[in-house]
Amino acid sequence: MKLTGAQALVKALELEGINTIFGYPGAAICPFYDALLDSTITHILTRNEQGAAHAASGYSRVTGKTGVCVATSGPGATNLITGIATAYSDSIPMVAITGQVSLDLIGRDVFQEVDITGATAPFCKHNYLVKDIKQLPRIIKEAFHIAATGRPGPVLIDVPFDIQTQSIDFIYPNAVDIKGYKPNYKGHPQQIKRIAEAISKSKSPVICAGGGVISAKASEIMTRLAEKCGIPVVTTLMGKGAIRGDHPLNLGMLGSHGVYAANYAVDKTDLLILIGARVGDRALGTAETIAQRAKIIHIDIDPAEIGKNVSTAIPVVGDAKLILEDLYNTIQAADTSEWICRVQELSGKKVEIDDSNSDTVNPRILISMLSKRLDEEAIMATEVGQNQIWAANNFIARKPGAFITSGGLGTMGYGLPAAIGAKLGKPESTVVVVCGDGSFQMSMPELGTLMQTGIGVKILIFNNSRLGMVRELQKNRHNGRYSQVFLDSPDFVKLAEAYGFKAEKITKDTQIEAALDRFLEDDKTYVLECVVDPEEPTN
Amino acid sequence: MAKHTLSVLVENRSGVLSRVAGLFSRRGFNIDSLAVGVTENLEVSRMTIVVDGDEYTVEQVSKQLNKLIDVIKIRALIPTDSVSRELALIKVNATAATRSEIVQIVEIFRAKIVDVSKNALTVEISGGTEKVAALEEMLKQFGIKEIVRTGTIAIERGNKYIKAGSTEE
Repeated sequence: MKLTGAQALVKALELEGINTIFGYPGAAICPFYDALLDSTITHILTRNEQGAAHAASGYSRVTGKTGVCVATSGPGATNLITGIATAYSDSIPMVAITGQVSLDLIGRDVFQEVDITGATAPFCKHNYLVKDIKQLPRIIKEAFHIAATGRPGPVLIDVPFDIQTQSIDFIYPNAVDIKGYKPNYKGHPQQIKRIAEAISKSKSPVICAGGGVISAKASEIMTRLAEKCGIPVVTTLMGKGAIRGDHPLNLGMLGSHGVYAANYAVDKTDLLILIGARVGDRALGTAETIAQRAKIIHIDIDPAEIGKNVSTAIPVVGDAKLILEDLYNTIQAADTSEWICRVQELSGKKVEIDDSNSDTVNPRILISMLSKRLDEEAIMATEVGQNQIWAANNFIARKPGAFITSGGLGTMGYGLPAAIGAKLGKPESTVVVVCGDGSFQMSMPELGTLMQTGIGVKILIFNNSRLGMVRELQKNRHNGRYSQVFLDSPDFVKLAEAYGFKAEKITKDTQIEAALDRFLEDDKTYVLECVVDPEEPTN
Repeated sequence: MAKHTLSVLVENRSGVLSRVAGLFSRRGFNIDSLAVGVTENLEVSRMTIVVDGDEYTVEQVSKQLNKLIDVIKIRALIPTDSVSRELALIKVNATAATRSEIVQIVEIFRAKIVDVSKNALTVEISGGTEKVAALEEMLKQFGIKEIVRTGTIAIERGNKYIKAGSTEE
């Protein structure tokens, strides 16, 4: 059938099974927005293009589908950059579509023209500038293929205005053939045998599960393997939810902001099994030291990650789910009961929180109490900073995809739009977003998106009138010379009410129970501001 | 720091050179030289990249390059098992007094003179890196006005070849 480029773009999205996209129109992308009117695709108008990208990311993280965001040329496209880089760092499958000025105008600095493909090349798996309308169907097919396969990531398609208005005989390809892109999914059988051997000999093994376990949908097989062999599991920030938070073998998050039991296990292990983790410096900054004491196994779909940050004894490139399934069948467990006893004891030790004299809210207590009230399907999104760590260490993630956060890039402003995307992806789930006063102000305008969609997101704001994480860094490393970490905020309750949301502010732990009752009462948006001690430590 | 020569097959599309260069710069890899040209297959170009670095660096360079969608295949060329060449045009001071001496040197190196004028001679030389460097060294005494160099290109010895679809004989 004869379609314009814009119509072809919309049709291709439909054929890819996309039913929700996030974006913001503009001159250069107008033909696309016109074609969108005749489609069944739901478009969510955000208040900033960065919000559209983060929303697409949150949507993707809870549904497992590829998130789609759309923006116009120039500033619309550049506003997507942080969102794209955030998705790149955390390997989230995403396709970003940007309008561009007409082909004959490119390079002449016309209105709202930028070289977005050049600008995003460092943080995309790949990007395309469509120069020939006959290539458009192939390009879209390839873009979705690249975004969702291998190590997932963002792909950008830059579509010039004249391409959107030209016509084409639209045929959507059935398959792609990209010479330079053929990910390897099946792990080398010899390597898998070596892993099985190493596990059978190990007295104190530990699995470190990263975001890749969730991407590969390998949570279930990993959990069964851990149970079969008696191997405790630690997770990175991105891996939270890879194993049930309350599973007896889960020791919690490792790393500079992790919990003691997890770090102890990784420090004392004789066999560290990394699965879908990239050995980020926050999680495994001491990797080289660990490598000197323990044998390291690295299972990852991206060959470039293996050997990048730590020397590996047994590397296996492939899909985590397939590899673990292969492993499960052949493995013979060793006796690790003594080791498990030891680490579980540490894990069970509750840190005494002396809060009797405080006239502020203890964020850990609040998250803990909230977590207990949330059900199996609940999703927690976080902002970045102290709030993120308090959430990570106190929220019980019961399923993969229950915890969404910006791990690799640590982008403030991620939380609220990502939560909106998550709620739209899983409307039946309760979605909570944990923010700080600083990070909330970065994407506060997306309250407008929330209001317009009518969906309900539970917003928690830990207000300590500080950029907390940076304050702590300055206290520890700069002798308490505080530079620009004092933050004034508006009356968040009044602000929420201006958008038509219910809201309240609490200042004491004794108020938590009743506040949470109101917070979770129905499925409508509720903003709960909690005053937190500015000196509250992260860990 | 050792030098390693990589032969990289890439899609013959605009922007590929920029992506490769961008990758090197943001990962902190040092490019000693880069030459690119289309192959016997018009859809495929071949880049010859000489990288400065240790084993770890070269391994990471190859792996990161492979992640680029436009990169089809990479082969690290072993110096003893490959032929490598670069081309240089050298403009050297040459008066009536020094001209014949320069011509002699050029003959010894089996290079060519491609331009002559009152005060200068332009020499064309192709050869391995050491040979070109040696000629440059010999001509320094006369005063080199200008040197224009291509990057190194290289090809494996023997029957083997690198093609987009397959390798080996």
